[in-house]
Amino acid sequence: MSTETIANRREFLKATTGSSAAYILGFCLPGRAHAESRSEGEAAIFKPNAWLRITPDDRITILVENPEMGQGPRTMEAMILADELEADWSAIRVEQAPVIPEIYHHLKTGGSGGTEWAWDNLRQAGAQARETLVSAAAERWGVAKADCRASNGAVLHDPTKRRFTYGALVETASKLEAVKADAVPLKAPSEFRFIGKPRPRLDVPAKTDGSAKFGIDVRAPNMLFAVMARCPQFGGKLVSFDAAAAKAVPGVRAVFEVPPIRWLQMGNFGRDINSAGGVAVISDSTWAALKGRQTLKVSWDKGAGDETTESLRKQLLKQAAAPPSYVAVNQGDVLQALAGSSKKVEATYELPFQAHATMEPMNTTVHVRDDRIEVWSPTQIGEIHRQEIAQLAGTPPEKVLVHMMFCGGSFGRRYQWDYVAQAWQVAKEMKQPVQLLWTREDDMQHDFYRPYSYHRMSGGLDERGALTAWSHRIVSTPIRAVFDSPEELKDPKHVASQELSGARVIPYETANFRLDYAPVHSVVPRAWWRSVASSFNGFAVECFVDELAHAAGRDPYEFRLSLVPETQKVADGGDAPLDTSRFRAVLKLAAEKAGWGKPLPAGHGRGLACFYSFDSYIAHVAEVSVKEDGTIRVNRIVSAVDCGTAVNPDGVRAMTEGAINYALGPVLTGEITVKDGAVEQSNFHDYQVLRIDQAPDIEVYIVPSNEKPGGMGEPGVPPLAPAVSNAVFAATGVRLRRLPIDPQGLRKA
Amino acid sequence: MAGTRLIVNGQSHEIDVAGETPLLWVLRDTLGLTGTKYGCGMGLCGACTVHLAGDAVRSCQTPVGSVGSRKVTTIEGLSPDRSHPLQLAWIAEQVPQCGYCQSGQIMQAAALLTQNPHPTLEEINRAMNGNICRCATYQRIRRAIQRAAQEGA
Repeated sequence: MSTETIANRREFLKATTGSSAAYILGFCLPGRAHAESRSEGEAAIFKPNAWLRITPDDRITILVENPEMGQGPRTMEAMILADELEADWSAIRVEQAPVIPEIYHHLKTGGSGGTEWAWDNLRQAGAQARETLVSAAAERWGVAKADCRASNGAVLHDPTKRRFTYGALVETASKLEAVKADAVPLKAPSEFRFIGKPRPRLDVPAKTDGSAKFGIDVRAPNMLFAVMARCPQFGGKLVSFDAAAAKAVPGVRAVFEVPPIRWLQMGNFGRDINSAGGVAVISDSTWAALKGRQTLKVSWDKGAGDETTESLRKQLLKQAAAPPSYVAVNQGDVLQALAGSSKKVEATYELPFQAHATMEPMNTTVHVRDDRIEVWSPTQIGEIHRQEIAQLAGTPPEKVLVHMMFCGGSFGRRYQWDYVAQAWQVAKEMKQPVQLLWTREDDMQHDFYRPYSYHRMSGGLDERGALTAWSHRIVSTPIRAVFDSPEELKDPKHVASQELSGARVIPYETANFRLDYAPVHSVVPRAWWRSVASSFNGFAVECFVDELAHAAGRDPYEFRLSLVPETQKVADGGDAPLDTSRFRAVLKLAAEKAGWGKPLPAGHGRGLACFYSFDSYIAHVAEVSVKEDGTIRVNRIVSAVDCGTAVNPDGVRAMTEGAINYALGPVLTGEITVKDGAVEQSNFHDYQVLRIDQAPDIEVYIVPSNEKPGGMGEPGVPPLAPAVSNAVFAATGVRLRRLPIDPQGLRKA
Repeated sequence: MAGTRLIVNGQSHEIDVAGETPLLWVLRDTLGLTGTKYGCGMGLCGACTVHLAGDAVRSCQTPVGSVGSRKVTTIEGLSPDRSHPLQLAWIAEQVPQCGYCQSGQIMQAAALLTQNPHPTLEEINRAMNGNICRCATYQRIRRAIQRAAQEGA
């Protein structure tokens, strides 16, 4: 095991062995420093709060809560804390915080919220430590604290030119009453040394030599390897199986049924975890487990098993014209305004299911011991898994030790509970650690997909080309229906609640605005796919604005600016307010940098989209070229980003580039379809994701800002598909209203 | 194939697995060299790329019995101290995000530069097209290969 895991285990044991209650208290109470009782000769550690340890050798360890899935929280969190701490960057090392939710409250990440969470908490944590260290130095010197200052890992007394490194102050600082975290002075942005300046990521070197440990890389003594056979049909179940041949495969140790797990109630909180169960094959190597699974004879009950993408589409189209189940916004009188408008524009948009397809497929390793359960998982939600496994096993949560491993991508997939529950189900039958691996096929066919959505839009323009009405009907296979109780799902507002983001708060001003919703049932599991509902609503909204602009005979960029108020906060209570001045600023920046309006060769086109999500504003300008055979090439994306304070600007760039490419795959090729209740695609040959030869040149421009940081993992996704789609229209005059692109529709006659 | 010898990163190993076993699982499960990744099992994603006698191959599609005396190099053996020009370039360009596919990317790129020390962008795209990155760090991969080609030659 890595040293990190060993450190975590030590922390865990200390935290769970009752005798060290004082240790936990000192560790978790943000306001109190403490001297940990220690035996003779053991070095002192200064731990003013749960995120920081300083040792006499001047080493600074920062414990990071957010899981590392590629978005760079280790470096970003360390930068925030170290800046206020006035640390010497070279002294810093980072560890994943142990999964002890009694101490740490953000051992998960979702909704691009990691940096926003870290901003206040870790600045305070760093400042608290800094102030305590300065007090310690003042006490040692017998001088006024006001005459001392912290700088680059040391406290200085300028009048006498004396200096203590932080390490030299550990002993004294540990005994001081710590300054209250919420009472410490924070730095002004002009004083930041790390925040806002590009910094190489701390996890990158280990990701260039194979030493970074992902969940799939966990290797424990006597570990076994397992795979499961699962019913291809959603809603299907196991009838019987014959394991004789599988058990004869050399290396296979056991074959048994894994029962389904559906509803899991944990105190006041319950949820359908959607684990359909199956048959597990446990072996002494992955290959033997795979061979064993191949020879299994399994009989499945396919359940309803008759859903197809076509049958689903029929339902979506039907619901697009049916009365809504929920009216989210109804401002003014849209019907009357549309009837009275000088020009009425109508369009429909359709986006299919998408898989997450993380490069590291789902997996988890579990060791069920007599006295505790140890879980190693690539997960977005370490703290939830502790509770989940404790509940399933009927054991106190303190007896479950979860190690949050590096995630080989996530994009929302690892917010699920199914793969960890199954790993526990398999491991509890064996007295050894077991790694349950999902093959690529398992992963692609048993994902929780982006919802299928259909959008019916209507807009009205007056004779001057101003927007008089906006109507948006969203029809989708709602996420809530996959997880929530029948009681919760009686409320149509609740059912719609994960489907509306990006459609409810829009920057375009109109007196008459309606947004309503109608759900469609599907057996296909859905959940949070990078940027969630904004990924489909962004497409509908930003394509439709473009259509309106052309109907009004206006330039799409000028038209947008004419509809977005100069300074206004647009909110409806559901999301954080959209600041129209920031929206306008990224729109202008992207247009300027892309050379909006400059001529392009024939067959080329430029398209624009701008979107606000997860408290960040991003505009993309896409340049495409379309060949005679209808195939398109995206040549260049110019992107303007306002994410508030860009803690690590290079990280902001990386996230923007990644989001652009991730979103481009489903524009060009990728689509999950269903036949007989099962997913038709199985691997990267029939679910095609973006490859390097399709990757455009990307330029990212970051708006300087001292606002609180917004999210960056997701916001680059929503405006990409509409920007490309609008560019294709500019190049060809053909509107793309269903993705992925069908080149047939663009082929020159 | 009891007692078969496999030379990986300059070290000789006696292994006892069926000859049809893909090299990938021998590296990961038998030898504990987990830097080489499983991604698709069908040679579609390139995450499992290693060098076989200097050529980039998909270890998930390479039966261990077919390796014979040819030397296997994995990401762990590309350089003793993370000093290969591509590793340095990967750090300089800050390529990895999640990092899962990067072993395969680097091994593929290393084989490219051995054969073609100064590839054009088009040649880079062609050589790297079998390697999927879902974080989609492709622009940085291109830059890092160009940087290594300039600095490593």
